[in-house]
Amino acid sequence: MQSLKNFLYTIADDNLILGHRNSEWTGLGPVLEEDIAFSSMAQDKVGLAYQLYQLLHTDMGEGHPDKVAFARTETEFKCCQLVEYPIGEYDFSLVRHFLFDHAMYELFSMLTTSAYPALAQLAVKVRGELKYHVLHADTWLKKLGNGSEESKARMQSALNYAYPLALGTFEPLEGEQELVQYGYFEGMVVLQERWLASILPVLETAGLKLPVNAEATFGGRKGYHTEYLAPLLKEMTEVFSIDPEAEW
Amino acid sequence: MKTKAQILVALQEVKDPEIPVISVVDLGIITKIEVGEGLASGEAKVTMTPTFVGCPAIKHMQNEVQKAVEALGFDTVEVVVDYTIPWNSNMVSERGLQQLKDFRLSPPKRHCGTINMADLEHAQCPNCFGTNTTLLSPFGPTLCRAMFKCNTCGEGFEQFKAV
Repeated sequence: MQSLKNFLYTIADDNLILGHRNSEWTGLGPVLEEDIAFSSMAQDKVGLAYQLYQLLHTDMGEGHPDKVAFARTETEFKCCQLVEYPIGEYDFSLVRHFLFDHAMYELFSMLTTSAYPALAQLAVKVRGELKYHVLHADTWLKKLGNGSEESKARMQSALNYAYPLALGTFEPLEGEQELVQYGYFEGMVVLQERWLASILPVLETAGLKLPVNAEATFGGRKGYHTEYLAPLLKEMTEVFSIDPEAEW
Repeated sequence: MKTKAQILVALQEVKDPEIPVISVVDLGIITKIEVGEGLASGEAKVTMTPTFVGCPAIKHMQNEVQKAVEALGFDTVEVVVDYTIPWNSNMVSERGLQQLKDFRLSPPKRHCGTINMADLEHAQCPNCFGTNTTLLSPFGPTLCRAMFKCNTCGEGFEQFKAV
C-alpha cells in the first residue's frame, strides 16, 4: 500500500536525519553529560530508523535498510526541513530536540493502537524510550528558560526560529486519508493538536512564548529540501559510497 | 530428547556484553523458546528482543544464543529478533535485579505498565541505599543507563533505566 510505505519513510527519514545531526554533538557537547545525551539520542533515533526501514524491507518489498538509508537521492527523502538544519548553537539544538521529540512521543503513543500490528508493537517499545528524550528536553528548557537573562533570550529566539520549521513536521501526507480510513494513523491534524497540548505547559513553566502568526514551512514531505540536506547526505554516505557492495 | 529447560540452562551462560554479570534470560530478552511441537525433531527456535531499539549488542547476543543452543546438539537452530513481545524493565527477573545491584547499578523500579515522568527522576543509591538522589542525566554510558548523584553519600552512580 503506497500511502503506508510513504508514511513509514516519512517517520524513518525524520529520525535518520535528526539522528545524524544529533551525532554531530559527539565530542563537542558543552559538558560531558550533554555530549553523552545527544550521542545516546542519536543512537536511539538511527536505531528506530533502521527498524522502520526493516519493516519496509520485509513487509513491503523495499530495498535493504542500508541501501535505503545510504543510496537514495536527496529528493527521495521525505524528512521535514526541521531536522535538516545544522546543529547551530546549543540553544537551537535543544529547542529543536524539544519540539521534535514531543511530536515523536505523541506520534508513537498514537501508533501503539495502529491497525498495522508490527508498527503498533514497535511503537510500544519506542514510546518508552522517547519518555527519556522528552524528560531531557523539558529539563533543559525549564532550566535555561528560567536561567539568566541571556539564556532566556537565547531560548526564546531559538524558539521563534524553530517553531515554523517544527510546524512543517505536520505537513499533510500523500494518501493520508487512506491511512486514517484503515486505522493506521489518526492524521497530522490530530497529531498537531496533541503536540501543542503537550508542549504548551512546559513552555509556560519555562517562561517562553510561541511566536504569533507563525507559518509552517512545508515541502520536506514532498521532497523539497533546504540547502543543508545535500551536504549532510554526502557526509553520511561517504564510507558506504566507496564500496556499496561491501560486506560488513 | 532435548528440552526447553536445557536451553534455558545453556542461555544462562550468554551474558549481556555491556553488563557481563546478567544473562540474556535474567535480562528478560528471551521471549520464546520452541522445541518439539510444530517443529521437526532436532530443531529449535529462540525468539529474542532488544532492551532498546538501537541496542548495538543485539546482533552479538543473537550470535551467542545461536552458538549456545547449537552446542546442545540440535541439528538446526533458528534465532529470531522481533518485537512481538516488546521488552520492558519488568521483564528483568528477581535474580537479575540482584545481579544488577551487585554490579553497583541501581535496578529499575517495578511498575504497573506505565511510568510517570516524575518517577524517572528517582533511584536508590547502590552504595549507601539512600533514596535522596538527583538525576544528572537520563542518558549514560550505554542506552539502558541513566546517571544519578546520591545526596546522602555524595557518590555518583548509574541506574538501569525503567521503561
